[in-house]
Amino acid sequence: MRKMLLAALSRVLQGPAAAGRTASRVMVASRNYGDFASEASFEIKKCDLHRLEEGPSTTAVMTREEGLHYYKTMQTIRRMELKSDQLYKQKIIRGFCHLYDGQEACCVGIEAAIKPTDHVITAYRAHGFTFTRGVPVREILAELTGRKGGCAKGKGGSMHMYTKNFYGGNGIVGAQVPLGAGIALACKYFGKNEVCLALYGDGAANQGQIFETYNMAALWKLPCIFICENNRYGMGTSVERAAASTDYYKRGYFIPGLRVDGMDILCVREAVKFAADYCRAGKGPLVMELQTYRYHGHSMSDPGISYRTREEIQEVRSKSDPITLLKDRMVNNNLASVEELKEIDVAVRKEIEEAAQFATTDPEPPLEELGNHIYFNEPPFEVRGPNQWIKYKSVC
Amino acid sequence: MAAAGWALRGALPSRLWGRLSPLPGAPRRAAAHFAFQPDPAPSEYGQTQKMNLFQSITSALDNALAKDPTAVVFGEDVAFGGVFRCTVGLRDKYGKDRVFNTPLCEQGIVGFGIGIAVAGATAIAEIQFADYIFPAFDQIVNEAAKYRYRSGDLFNCGNLTIRAPWGCVGHGALYHSQSPEAFFAHCPGIKVVIPRSPLQAKGLLLSCIEDKNPCIFFEPKILYRAAVEQVPVEPYNIPLSQAEVLQTGSDVTMVAWGTQVHVIKEVATMAQEKLGVSCEVIDLRTILPWDTETICKSVAKTGRLLISHEAPLTGGFASEISSTVQRGRGKNETGAWQFP
Repeated sequence: MRKMLLAALSRVLQGPAAAGRTASRVMVASRNYGDFASEASFEIKKCDLHRLEEGPSTTAVMTREEGLHYYKTMQTIRRMELKSDQLYKQKIIRGFCHLYDGQEACCVGIEAAIKPTDHVITAYRAHGFTFTRGVPVREILAELTGRKGGCAKGKGGSMHMYTKNFYGGNGIVGAQVPLGAGIALACKYFGKNEVCLALYGDGAANQGQIFETYNMAALWKLPCIFICENNRYGMGTSVERAAASTDYYKRGYFIPGLRVDGMDILCVREAVKFAADYCRAGKGPLVMELQTYRYHGHSMSDPGISYRTREEIQEVRSKSDPITLLKDRMVNNNLASVEELKEIDVAVRKEIEEAAQFATTDPEPPLEELGNHIYFNEPPFEVRGPNQWIKYKSVC
Repeated sequence: MAAAGWALRGALPSRLWGRLSPLPGAPRRAAAHFAFQPDPAPSEYGQTQKMNLFQSITSALDNALAKDPTAVVFGEDVAFGGVFRCTVGLRDKYGKDRVFNTPLCEQGIVGFGIGIAVAGATAIAEIQFADYIFPAFDQIVNEAAKYRYRSGDLFNCGNLTIRAPWGCVGHGALYHSQSPEAFFAHCPGIKVVIPRSPLQAKGLLLSCIEDKNPCIFFEPKILYRAAVEQVPVEPYNIPLSQAEVLQTGSDVTMVAWGTQVHVIKEVATMAQEKLGVSCEVIDLRTILPWDTETICKSVAKTGRLLISHEAPLTGGFASEISSTVQRGRGKNETGAWQFP
């Protein structure tokens, strides 16, 4: 009797691998996840190439962990953006708010392909990147509501969020791209095998400084990946009406380019991995165009339907939503169950609610800090406020 | 000339700084920092209509496009009416080859506008926010301002007018609130104009368009909807480089432009009521070239000067005005304006 029990116990402890089934772990819990595959491989769309002999692989392998992680991250960003929409309409968030929902596959795919030591700089539609680069949701929401718990101490707001190796969060359109090339130069100079990803939109692609940057990056073979997030509309102007050439991946002309389906996270991941390897090998910069879509208008003051039809938005939502695409892939390939993903949804919702609670109750930064951080390391000086009887101390 | 940049210590209304001490966690900004004070309807320009600032700009552009067949209006998003509705209806009325959108490229917009102007057509360019004018700064300062001088009057881009929304709006933060007039004041060859109201805006904008020098016209964005006045429907001109004395007084001269004019008008009223101080209120209107005669004459009368503007203090245009007033003259030793 004891021998039988011992044998049964050892069988269980060895795990189902001993029983010859393909499962990655045993959970000593009420549900049995042992039925899932540990990974699956997917055929992804081939990228259009410019001046490249070969492109990224058309097969991507995704493990269960990766899939769950991507799903949770994308869902968190989606819910965070919807929460920001809600808070904005309640006037708890003021100022400007440019939402990223619909484009989650871009930032999550990018983060999946690079290392935390790589550098990212983007424009003002930055909440998603702020999250993937490591800032917790509560700090993002607190920054949106202008509280001192925010990632820029409440002084930046929606468009100016920063963290280690994430350089924002920039308001002036196109101005961040030359900065990205500079960061890439520093990467090359310090020799730590890092790359810089400089993102911009389809509207910004027509700015002069972008072309100046292409020239410098190619001339000096900087490890810079220029990524154009083409969501088809620059504020209210469709790409056809703004650009003589809508092949944004070819705009670098002498710089090789890739056009990628930005709604498929695996496409984005493989393309960025390819690009990062290319740059790390010292071959110079690359231009990448991510074809994506935003569900909201340009900002909270734009309903988003005066320059495009509701049908178009609905069509993208039903056919190409990045989260739904990932979910279908995982469920159909036995990487997760619908219930498990629903649980993740519930957990994410809870996390966002708590973060929103923090963001609404955290105190605002004290008025004494208003004049700080104008300069660096000067002895404290006085800054005049709107009239000469209001003075703020500037501590640098 | 005894002039000083101080006046009414302790008597300035608390609303000037009341909005800077909010309760923690309280909702922000219950009211604007000023109340718009309309001017009475003018009788000398014909029939008037109630218009707010953006409607008066549309009316001015409408008049300009009607009168001058070479006039074109362009900028980002102007075709559908503009982000502040300043160009509503113009494309339908005048056609898509006269009212058209440009891509997102300020340096390109102004450079292109200079080209149109030099070739002989009237160019009315819009920069979407004054905060975005800096990529075009080189074109304005190095090309537009110096064209006539460097070509010995053979060429000029006097047909160029650049319009941009300007000034604080409450929620604009770093990049939708700037008042960059001081940067341009440092550049001979261009004119910089800032209206305080719809009535002023239409007349000044039409003068800028007709003026044979490149002009920058800053429109206080907070007044686009907030300022409503009776504005003549027909075109009319308000002369440039002439400051307007809104209220005569004997104790102190107060100078401002744009939205701040309404703030100091209120201050003048409160000073009169509470302190018995008689204030002379002047709207500068044109920043460059500015009306030194009116200001200096006024300060000679009152002996005190207070200048109020939204832009940062250091190097702001108030420093130019106060140093000129204290120096006692607006032109150089030979009595001539300074050269580029």
